[in-house]
Amino acid sequence: MADHVLNAEGLNCPLPIIKAKKMLKSLAAGEVLEVRATDPGSVADFAAFCKQTGNELLSSSTEGDVYKFEIKRT
Amino acid sequence: MLDNTELENAKSMSIIVTKGSLDWAYPPFILGTTAAAMDVDVTMFFTFYGLPLLKKDLNLKFTPLGNAAMEMPMMGGHIAMPNMMAMLPGVGHMAGGMMKNLMKKKGVATIEELREVAVESDVKLIACQMTMDLFEYSTDDMIDGIELGGAATYMEKALKSDINLFI
Repeated sequence: MADHVLNAEGLNCPLPIIKAKKMLKSLAAGEVLEVRATDPGSVADFAAFCKQTGNELLSSSTEGDVYKFEIKRT
Repeated sequence: MLDNTELENAKSMSIIVTKGSLDWAYPPFILGTTAAAMDVDVTMFFTFYGLPLLKKDLNLKFTPLGNAAMEMPMMGGHIAMPNMMAMLPGVGHMAGGMMKNLMKKKGVATIEELREVAVESDVKLIACQMTMDLFEYSTDDMIDGIELGGAATYMEKALKSDINLFI
């Protein structure tokens, strides 16, 4: 279960990543952020973002038209 | 997530921004802010027509004139605009308005928003001193938090950067 949720639905590149980064900064290490986005590009982008920043991508899934990511702040 | 300035092996990127119309303003600001979000140390050097992107008041224009590859989605298809039409008075202004509306509808950030993110995420914004003199801009015209510099200032950064882009 995520500690925080970011609704990035309707936002286009690069806003979901920028907003996620902003929120992750305020999280304590170990806390989980759930991001909800509708940008199809966000699937590849969140994988790349997590790989580069070292934050852990716990899951990447879809719920209807929404892409859901769970990111653990390291 | 470490503070990238403390890392010896932190990645860095520099971008020379030479164009300041609405469409050309996007690539440098999107890449700059995204790189900063990915813990990259980013420097943006604004020169010639890119310099006005640092002005306090942005009023970015867009023109389809001479842009043969531009197609706008319309009524299920795409339409291009011939130069003969694009040069008519008011058409450029109208196209700019259409582009801004389309961006808003598609959830694309405004340049103002992206620039604010760049400032917040410590992207180094350098205004070209020579262009400031050439086009008679003063630092009072520009947003706070920028630095002034010349080619050597840019080179010092570029020589140490992993990625250098000219846009």
